[in-house]
Amino acid sequence: MDFMLDKKHEMARQLFKEFAEKEVKPLAQEVDETEEFPRVTVDKMIKAGFMGIPVPKQYGGQGCDILTYAMCVEELSKVCGTTGVIVSAHTSLCCDPILTYGTEEQKQKYLVPLAKGEKLGAFGLTEPGAGTDAQGQQTKAVLDGDEWVLNGSKCFITNGKEADVYIIFAVTGMIEKRGKKMKEISAFIVEKGTPGFSFGTKEKKMGIRGSSTYELIFQDCRIPKENLLGQQGKGFNIAMHTLDGGRIGIASQALGIAEGALESTIAYVKERKQFGRAIGAFQNTQFQLADMATKVEAAQLLVYKAAMAKQTQKVYSVEAAKAKLYAAEVAMEVTTKAVQLHGGYGYTREYDVERMMRDAKITEIYEGTSEVQRMVISAALLK
Amino acid sequence: MKIVVCVKQVPDTKGGVKFNPDGTLDRSAMLAIMNPDDKAGLEAALRLKDQYGAEVTVITMGLPKAEEVLREAIAMGADKGILVTDRVLGGADTWATSQTLAGAIRNLEYDLIITGRQAIDGDTAQVGPQISEHLNLPVISYAQNIKIEGDSVIVERQFDDRYHVLKAQMPCLITALAELNEPRYMTPGGIFDAYDAEITVWGRANLVDVEDSNLGLKGSPTQIAKASDKVRKGAGEKVVLDPTESVDYIMDKLLTKHVI
Repeated sequence: MDFMLDKKHEMARQLFKEFAEKEVKPLAQEVDETEEFPRVTVDKMIKAGFMGIPVPKQYGGQGCDILTYAMCVEELSKVCGTTGVIVSAHTSLCCDPILTYGTEEQKQKYLVPLAKGEKLGAFGLTEPGAGTDAQGQQTKAVLDGDEWVLNGSKCFITNGKEADVYIIFAVTGMIEKRGKKMKEISAFIVEKGTPGFSFGTKEKKMGIRGSSTYELIFQDCRIPKENLLGQQGKGFNIAMHTLDGGRIGIASQALGIAEGALESTIAYVKERKQFGRAIGAFQNTQFQLADMATKVEAAQLLVYKAAMAKQTQKVYSVEAAKAKLYAAEVAMEVTTKAVQLHGGYGYTREYDVERMMRDAKITEIYEGTSEVQRMVISAALLK
Repeated sequence: MKIVVCVKQVPDTKGGVKFNPDGTLDRSAMLAIMNPDDKAGLEAALRLKDQYGAEVTVITMGLPKAEEVLREAIAMGADKGILVTDRVLGGADTWATSQTLAGAIRNLEYDLIITGRQAIDGDTAQVGPQISEHLNLPVISYAQNIKIEGDSVIVERQFDDRYHVLKAQMPCLITALAELNEPRYMTPGGIFDAYDAEITVWGRANLVDVEDSNLGLKGSPTQIAKASDKVRKGAGEKVVLDPTESVDYIMDKLLTKHVI
């Protein structure tokens, strides 16, 4: 067993780090302050090939592995959680399901421009009444001739208004499973600009404030029959499998946020003086940092393990759940401690750790709450 | 079009310079990067490739570890990498280095050779022009803009307060300034390709038309007697005086120190 990254991964990390420092970090505070989607950064990421890292070259991607993609989200999130989630939602939640379940035509039409970054992707599963409980879906799709007609709404959609291609889940009928009537859910590819597809309110959020989080509204929105993704009725499986991958992206984001907060804190405690000494000279500070660094590294190992599992295994739900659960909780804990070690300054918006603490919170909630991750992990234990 | 770009792996001086006890650079303690002027030269070559179509070969002389900069160059878009490495080449000054690179380049077909103006570890700006001399090529140094017109290059050469526009027939050699452009990032897929790519490794035996007496430490007219870090200045002195007194005070100091 070898925990060393090989040379190409080291070089990729170097690339992501340099890009993040030079292109992303200088804008992070402004993006948070203005709540504006960092289009300029996204354009630069497109040029650098960051929008299709794990997608095979034949479909316009970079042909790298999941670990490289995870490291990209990690390094971006170290300096800006917003930028990290833009790449994560686009790659894990939109490119990945089309790559896994799409027909060759769908891949050519949608995946190629997505992986090249010419189009941005999003994923719409959550509804006002259906978060963790995906069975609560109200959005319906009815086949009418050669078209599916969508009606309903989705909420909290990342990349909401900025995306061009959306993976949308809707109820397509009722089925009986183990004597129980259940909703049949299917997945669809919907393009921005389709008549009947509009945007509702923009969410005002605690963190990742530059990410475009919108409500999507479908009113008699007609999409071609061939935009059904995967088989009819397999939507729930597609959603769950996609979220397994998405959790690796969010775990990487959480890991990055924690690492960023730790780095900022190490620099700060060396400079900040109290009682005539740098606060880093006090044992309380040292022990806090030791705990933070240990947990960050443990999170990194879980995240990288999950990334490798997605690369090599068919099923990796438990690895992804453990990585996301732990990394998200570490992000929250480490950023909270980082603010504490910064004292009053840490509570001001002049210092990055304040933003990082707000950004960290969402990682415990979206793409499956920490409670859902515990359900996934324990269900596998008690099977 | 075929373009050869010479690059050098140098210690990153941004993080400070570290020395061994004997005064030589402690390269292992410093991060190694592609020399910034060379990177601009590579970017210029890649832009010519994008615009006109070209095969870009990157060449470096150095320790085996220097293959990292070749892989970086391939990850940015270069087509081939050649590492010239051999024990007998160690300790080379600019003369021996340019002899070595010229000896290696004689194996290649090229229309254009691009080098950086100078490396941040030696700062001599000699190797590029010396290669052109060995290969009997015209050289345009300090390029801040490069265009191709037929079988010629048109180059803006930086000069104190202006620039000169020079035209030269290819094959020729150009030395590039870091200000020439903003080098592109590697792409993640490019990095994966770079590690799958085969780096050509050449040694002394592959050098064409070069005498042993012009290689390595023995072939180097320059010998380093001593190297040292910048001499630290004293803490300085701070005085608060009104403007007239200040002038007198400074004049007095300058006279005492025989500056004026």
